[in-house]
Amino acid sequence: MIEVKNLKKAFRDGEIITEVLKGIDFVCKSGDFVAIMGRSGAGKSTLLYQISLLDEPTSGEIKIDGVNVLNLSSAERTSFRLSKLGYVFQDYALLPEMTALENVVLPLLMLNYPEKDAYEKATEHLTTVGLKDRLNNLPGQLSGGEQQRVSIARAIAHDPKILFADEPTANLDNESSRIIMDIFKELHKGGQTIIMVTHEVEYSKFAERIVHLDNGKIISIEKN
Amino acid sequence: MFSSLNIRMGLFLARRQIRRSSPWTTVLIIFVMFFTFLNLVVVTGILVGLLQGAIDAVRTHYTSDVIISSLNNKTYIENSPEIINIVKSLPQLEYMSARYLEGGTLEANYKTRTSEKEKPNIAAASIYGINPVAENNVTNLSKFIVEGEYLVPGDYDQVLIGSYLTKKYMDFDYPGFSALENIEPGTKIRMAVNGVEREVTVKGIVKSKVDQLSLGVFMIDSQLRNMIGRNDYNVDEIAIKLESGTDPSMIRDLLKRNGIDKVAKVQTYIDAQPKMIKDMIDTFSLLANMLSSIGLVVASITIFIVIFINAITRRKFIGILKGIGINEAAIEISYILQSFFYALCGSVIGVVVLYGFLQPWMAAHPIDFSFSDGILVAPISGTMLRVGLLMVTTIIAGFIPARLVVRKNTLDSILGRN
Repeated sequence: MIEVKNLKKAFRDGEIITEVLKGIDFVCKSGDFVAIMGRSGAGKSTLLYQISLLDEPTSGEIKIDGVNVLNLSSAERTSFRLSKLGYVFQDYALLPEMTALENVVLPLLMLNYPEKDAYEKATEHLTTVGLKDRLNNLPGQLSGGEQQRVSIARAIAHDPKILFADEPTANLDNESSRIIMDIFKELHKGGQTIIMVTHEVEYSKFAERIVHLDNGKIISIEKN
Repeated sequence: MFSSLNIRMGLFLARRQIRRSSPWTTVLIIFVMFFTFLNLVVVTGILVGLLQGAIDAVRTHYTSDVIISSLNNKTYIENSPEIINIVKSLPQLEYMSARYLEGGTLEANYKTRTSEKEKPNIAAASIYGINPVAENNVTNLSKFIVEGEYLVPGDYDQVLIGSYLTKKYMDFDYPGFSALENIEPGTKIRMAVNGVEREVTVKGIVKSKVDQLSLGVFMIDSQLRNMIGRNDYNVDEIAIKLESGTDPSMIRDLLKRNGIDKVAKVQTYIDAQPKMIKDMIDTFSLLANMLSSIGLVVASITIFIVIFINAITRRKFIGILKGIGINEAAIEISYILQSFFYALCGSVIGVVVLYGFLQPWMAAHPIDFSFSDGILVAPISGTMLRVGLLMVTTIIAGFIPARLVVRKNTLDSILGRN
């Protein structure tokens, strides 16, 4: 479960301070599928980065499974991300010198899985997302949709508590986007907690709840 | 930092980065490391080799492994026959040569000089009385005959003359030094030793980078013995050549234990080196180390730049790695391992080229310096030390830029923000 209280984030550029998040209160229960929506500059990606521990808020409180994550050291946050969180980025964020299989196996090896088990598990997840025949392809040899599926396989390979997705379909055509959203739907059915940023209304409908953000504040929470 | 998990992960990342990086870049970096290695080892090796060549030449062609010589306050080695018998009884002895040695003068124009006012063409020389067979076995003296022939037992009134004593080979005026003019095999010269004069014929001319040979005159030992009246058979030097692999210092100590040091100096070829040579070795080593240090700095800067550019251009991916939970230490180790790989490859190629080609080639084709045949001195221990030094420097030079980039904010790295 995620609890966010009075979360604020401001950026300083010389003397100019820009407040992007202006006191966000938000709860996400285990197994939820939440879509964060809003116009460009509303602060949706910034909110995702704070909750997912990729960035540090200016003030506020974030608790994940009862742990106040803002009190964690940098190394502890890294370890926390590894064990409990998964990420799907808009631009896939795959490592270009590694094959699809190697990209997925990375977090498993860091979690000290035996190599054989790690490769088996990674293969299993890539098979789940329909890439059984692309295991040994480098990212550059895959289409955008396939790369995003590798990214999803990597994000869920270590069975994270929460899966964060930042505009996962933004760079994809309709067909690929549909495949990605179907995968999310299946994962959610299996009990996976998902928090996804999107600006596409069509795909927000896959979520149980839609958090609407504007000018750094939650303006409404809509249930699907 | 260096937990087994981080090392395993670092290895996983490094292997993939190296395997999929541009082969040309990899080859170029390894090439730089290879030349850095050569710079470290070869520059030092050649500088030291210049002197080592001279030392080796004196050892091989004059002192041999161990040399027994008269004490400073004595004119010869007392009880020489007894000492020679002890030396001959050494099981490690390969050959030995006992020499008589006296200072003397040579005159070239004594036949053509017409008046007392005409300046005699005189040169001072060390006169050696040798057994030509024994001497050749120990020092290979015959190899240095550039004109005429080597001595044979029974040669009477015939001498070998060092090239520096002849104007033909020493064609410059040097204050206090004079050389003989018009000397060639067959020329007669007058030799004076201890007031005894004798007319001798030049049988051959000896030319060597070992001064003792090029400034010496060699004649049959029995004849010099007669000239100086040394009827007790006491000699001035005994050069001892030991079987290959024998430690000269062990034999020196053994001879000393036999009491020989009471009547003579017993020295290994190293002991017999002039202090000047030892000082020069120290100076050259210092100089070589300074040059090597510059090479090391250049190598570390090169690796620093390579790794820094690599890490900077991969900043986004470093951010992604951190984002998905890969430990910072594991990422840093991956860069350390890459640096290590480059240094190792450069060093291995360097060692192969050094010992497989350069050193044997330079041994066969020494650099021709006026005072020595310069060889390449690269003892394994010294080379390994330099390899270690290169590794450590490279690892540090790889770690620092990696650390600088890895420590940047994760999200800034992923998004490419400054």
